[in-house]
Amino acid sequence: MISVRDLTKSYGDHQVLHGLTFDIKPGVMTGFVGGNGAGKTTTMRILLGVLSPDSGEVLVDGSPITADHRAGIGYMPEERGLYPKMTVIDQLVYLARLHGSSAEAARARATDLLERLDLGPRATDKLEELSLGNQQRAQVAAALVHEPIALVLDEPFSGLDPHAVDTTLQVLRETADNGVPVLFSSHQLDVVERLCDELVILADGRVVANGTRQELLERHAETEWELAADTDAGWVRCAPGVRVTSLDGGWVRFHAESGDAANAVLREASSRGTVRAFGLVHHSLHDIFTEVTR
Amino acid sequence: MNAQARPAPARTPFWIAVGLVAGREMKVKMSSKAFVVTTAIMLGLLLAAVLVGPRLADWLGGTAGADVAVTAETAQAVGALGDSYDLRTVGSTDAAREAVRAGEVEAAVVPDEAGPAGLAVVGLDSAPTDLVQALSTTPAVELLDPNAAAPGLQYLIAFGFGIVFFTIAITYGQQIAVSVIEEKQSRVVEILLAAIPAKAMMAGKVIGNSAMALFQVALVAGVLLLGMQINETVLPLDGLGAPILWFVLLFAIGFVMIASLYAAAASLVSRQEDIGSTSLPVMMLIMLPYFAVIFFNDDPQALRIMSFIPFCAPVAVPLRVFLGQGETWEHVAALGVLVLSTGLAIWFAATIYERSILRTGKAMTWSQALRSRAV
Repeated sequence: MISVRDLTKSYGDHQVLHGLTFDIKPGVMTGFVGGNGAGKTTTMRILLGVLSPDSGEVLVDGSPITADHRAGIGYMPEERGLYPKMTVIDQLVYLARLHGSSAEAARARATDLLERLDLGPRATDKLEELSLGNQQRAQVAAALVHEPIALVLDEPFSGLDPHAVDTTLQVLRETADNGVPVLFSSHQLDVVERLCDELVILADGRVVANGTRQELLERHAETEWELAADTDAGWVRCAPGVRVTSLDGGWVRFHAESGDAANAVLREASSRGTVRAFGLVHHSLHDIFTEVTR
Repeated sequence: MNAQARPAPARTPFWIAVGLVAGREMKVKMSSKAFVVTTAIMLGLLLAAVLVGPRLADWLGGTAGADVAVTAETAQAVGALGDSYDLRTVGSTDAAREAVRAGEVEAAVVPDEAGPAGLAVVGLDSAPTDLVQALSTTPAVELLDPNAAAPGLQYLIAFGFGIVFFTIAITYGQQIAVSVIEEKQSRVVEILLAAIPAKAMMAGKVIGNSAMALFQVALVAGVLLLGMQINETVLPLDGLGAPILWFVLLFAIGFVMIASLYAAAASLVSRQEDIGSTSLPVMMLIMLPYFAVIFFNDDPQALRIMSFIPFCAPVAVPLRVFLGQGETWEHVAALGVLVLSTGLAIWFAATIYERSILRTGKAMTWSQALRSRAV
């Protein structure tokens, strides 16, 4: 497990991280969410040792992270980049060897990865000859080519078409299933929602929410009910144990003290006319994000 | 492949990482069309110049095989000059003059009782100098200090060492700069830094490019020697052997120093266009020895001082060795100073490189990079 403890970092007068603490568990995909300038990239750079924090530390299974351990991490920086004039396969082999793989192992692994990412036929093309989407896949391959012991990916899905997102996702999932901790940041909340087992939400250099999606929902979003009926639903305002949050003709959304109170509303509604829909409101990550970063 | 079962990760050892980076630099260069083509053209031109140069004089109106009219009396004297002249024996002095006037021969040699040599050379509109010289006798010359270098030669050698140092250092220094900026501009540097230390990256670049520079210099030297072999001329190395060895040794070290500084200069900027501003100080350091030897090559004291200035040493020390100035220990001490300052320069450059390689945007100044903490 990789643990981030009380990280702080300033650039000049501007403090970017204010005591950041969270865990990245093995075998789990942890989503790292936050607005622009929230500190995601800075945190990732510190994890990789590319930047050093002003205070705080990064632990691996309880002891401070070593350069050896860091060299085993697969990293996809926010600023994409590989050698434009080198062939895809050559740079993957080069990067794997810098991480300590033997030449043969590096080549075998790179070939296999390109195959899995649907880039097999492009292996001997120069990077600059690939489409942007394919360059992005090559970048994913670059993070995985040395059989990383952990993955840190900054916006791995930006610029990918839905098909490429699926392929990449599958590869990442397989990696996580092998017991590797995976941390990735994304602006695309729907993607994060679909993929992540755990979430760390960042705002202004602080962790504002942290846990599984279910935990976050329970902690940050009150249970809400929704009712849609043919007749005007204004009467719900007066129902006992109920607080209406929004109302529009026959459609109403409300908090209820208990399931019984909500059921009473349903009974009343069906006696007044046809009920077209009734149920719990599904809160999306977007709602939680908006709430906790407000 | 279970993560738990895998051996503990280990960072690639420093020198292996350096080797990998250097290997890539060399491979990229070797497979670059621009490098291969320009090298081939340069070597081709060089070989042509070596082969053609000495023959050029012969081809352009040389007197080889010139026709010369002789009379019975002078035939023997001219015949003794060898195959350079085709003899045409004519009956009389007048006939010989007539042959020259008619353009049948280029010159004539006729008997001349009055002259000290007993011969006279007849030309049409200008004196056939070669022939006159060939027929003249020269007095014996005795040199009291035959080993002293001619002033012209001294200047030429100083200039030669200076220009070789200057061109190679600038050419390859700039290539290192380009390759550093390329990595910074394409952002690949961040991935690389996550795998290996910045110092290993810089060392690999400097070593790889230095190796290529020496390789290209070796090619040039090889082609020159090959050309001379074909020409069957001997390298005019009299007294130059030791200075050249000193030059190669000092140049190899000094080049590493300059290459590191170029890498540091390049790490300060994010775009190729900005390299001029930060590499200017390095450029000055390279031009220093070039101009210094041109101005001071006949001043022993100045040369002595220059041999202890690291940037001038690769030019000044070989020159002093050639001129027989200074004791051997002085040259060794100069070498020591150069090695020491190269070590310092590498350390300095690595520090700058480490602190600035991830800063993108506006070009940093040298002092900004020095004052900033390592990121």
